[in-house]
Amino acid sequence: MSNILVIAEHDTGTLNPSVAKTVACAASIQDAKITIAVFVNGDDSIALQAAKLNAVDNVLQINNAANEHALAAVIAPQVASIASRYSHVFGPSTTFGKDLMPRIAALLNVNQISDVMEAIDSHKFRRPIYAGNAILTVEAQPDSIVIATVRTASYQAVDSDNTAPVEVQSSDADIPSHTRFVELKAGKSDRPDLQSASKVVSGGRALASAENFDIIYSLADTMGAGVGASRAAVDAGYVPNEMQVGQTGKIIAPDLYVAIGISGAIQHLTGIKDAGTIVAINKDEEAPIFEVADIGLVGDLFKIVPELEQALK
Amino acid sequence: MLEIDKLEKILVGLKRVVDYNVRVRVKADASGVETDGVKMSINPFDEIALEEALRIKERGEADEVVVVSMGRTECQQQLRTGLAMGADRAILVESDDEIDSLTGAKILLALVEREHPGLVILGKQAIDNDNNQTGQMLAALWDRPQATFASELTISGDSATVTREVDVGLETIEIDLPAVVTADLRLNEPRYVKLPDIMKAKKKPLDIVPLADLSVAPAPRLTSVEYTAPEQRQKGVIVDDVAGLVAALKEKGLA
Ligand SMILES: Cc1cc2nc3c(=O)[nH]c(=O)nc-3n(C[C@H](O)[C@H](O)[C@H](O)COP(=O)(O)OP(=O)(O)OC[C@H]3O[C@@H](n4cnc5c(N)ncnc54)[C@H](O)[C@@H]3O)c2cc1C
Ligand SMILES: Nc1ncnc2c1ncn2[C@@H]1O[C@H](COP(=O)(O)O)[C@@H](O)[C@H]1O
Repeated sequence: MSNILVIAEHDTGTLNPSVAKTVACAASIQDAKITIAVFVNGDDSIALQAAKLNAVDNVLQINNAANEHALAAVIAPQVASIASRYSHVFGPSTTFGKDLMPRIAALLNVNQISDVMEAIDSHKFRRPIYAGNAILTVEAQPDSIVIATVRTASYQAVDSDNTAPVEVQSSDADIPSHTRFVELKAGKSDRPDLQSASKVVSGGRALASAENFDIIYSLADTMGAGVGASRAAVDAGYVPNEMQVGQTGKIIAPDLYVAIGISGAIQHLTGIKDAGTIVAINKDEEAPIFEVADIGLVGDLFKIVPELEQALK
Repeated sequence: MLEIDKLEKILVGLKRVVDYNVRVRVKADASGVETDGVKMSINPFDEIALEEALRIKERGEADEVVVVSMGRTECQQQLRTGLAMGADRAILVESDDEIDSLTGAKILLALVEREHPGLVILGKQAIDNDNNQTGQMLAALWDRPQATFASELTISGDSATVTREVDVGLETIEIDLPAVVTADLRLNEPRYVKLPDIMKAKKKPLDIVPLADLSVAPAPRLTSVEYTAPEQRQKGVIVDDVAGLVAALKEKGLA
């Protein structure tokens, strides 16, 4: 039997949607008993949200004043101090999980399996490498604890009509003070969240300015879509960094992805390979994006995008 | 006289990887990816890490930049490039075996204990294995702070302020030094190497340390069972105009 601990990511009172996908990966392993660990400073609401997730057997709420902000250096020793009770520790492959999980792995003296896209069995996993150009099957040693991050785009969130028991504890792990939270500048948006939106519209370098990007936002709003961007658009300052899609940005799997003025570099494509339908609008018919697009339209985006918006209204 | 407002040394990791422009292919026998005759380069994130270290030194906030690579003897090429960019000294920890992230972190810890850097800057991930682990692991083993995915780094005395690229936006943390920072793409734009610098770099010291000399404790390894090609998406249809696009979307129930 596998005894899997899932580390909960949460921000401002809300359980992050990536947790329900990480649980789905854990639940795909035979005979798994799943515990969610919630590290908080006394806030009970996160554990209650976690307890609703199907397939979860119990929730551990660990209180500590230092848990006010999710710092890897603060959470890792608390996880390491309880890890011996588990065969696996999973976290989402979000910036939270990528920051935290390797720190836990090192404290437990094991390598981490990054970006699990499939659990073949309890110790054998498939994961993308080389920006998704190859898929590696890796096997952990049977007697060592498995530490992994889960590629959330590969999993459907479990439903939430469960009522798992919640156990509240406080942590007596040694917590360092060498790392201090200063501030978080979160992009505010009323649009659907890029990582969970069913439709996403993205713009690239071709937009040529922050002002021009308004036509992307406007189309997205008509479609009820989230908005993304290529790295080139972020680097040029047209949009903030949290909108980057790709190998080093967000890996997403919407039902519909519309790439506008994006060439389709491999580092961008790796972020959308699980999308349902890909639409590409590009003036260069040779652009690599057309190799993967389900529907392509060749032409000038500044003409096409307003027209498309009108047609969809 | 003690200088307290200056770091003595910055250690930077340079990994030799398949160049990011190469379209990587899996070998027919599933044993790995094709690397024969393929262009190799410094991991792009590590170039950014080195650029940051050089800028810190050029601002007068550090005395020395040391670049480290772990792997086969060929890694000397990437170390020479690092020296040509402006690093003062290079160390190759030589091993013919593949070095996994935990072993890499343990080797770096052994070097940290020899060199006592005030700061270690690594890339946020190596673009071959896409692991994104080594910096966090080194920080854990060293029991020091980590600031991953850095897009801005300011040193002030014995602490640093780091802005990190996180999923919701930008997070700023303050860390005591020594510490480990991992570089994200927007931290800076690395400089180009000039020909005279390549000549100068030939005279800079490059130490070769056999891995066996470092007494690094082994850890449980992950076994690479097989490498396969990813599923390819099929090329779809090209429509003529917006009306065609809308019709195609409607057909799929997407509009
Ligand atoms: C280590 C590393 C990691 C990276 N990670 C990422 C990542 O996570 N995400 C990412 O996106 N990139 C990433 N990149 C960068 C990537 O390689 C490309 O440089 C980037 O994706 C290009 O962005 P783009 O398609 O917007 O720009 P370009 O490649 O410049 O393409 C612009 C496209 O717009 C088209 N166009 C121009 N004008 C018009 C018009 N008027 N109408 C219609 N079409 C027009 C052009 O034909 C062209 O195809 C990474 C690179 C490296 C080295
Ligand atoms: N063999 C290596 N030689 C030098 N630096 C390395 C090596 N492996 C990893 N690193 C450093 O650690 C970072 C993260 O690597 P990884 O955890 O493998 O994704 C890289 O960007 C390098 O800075």
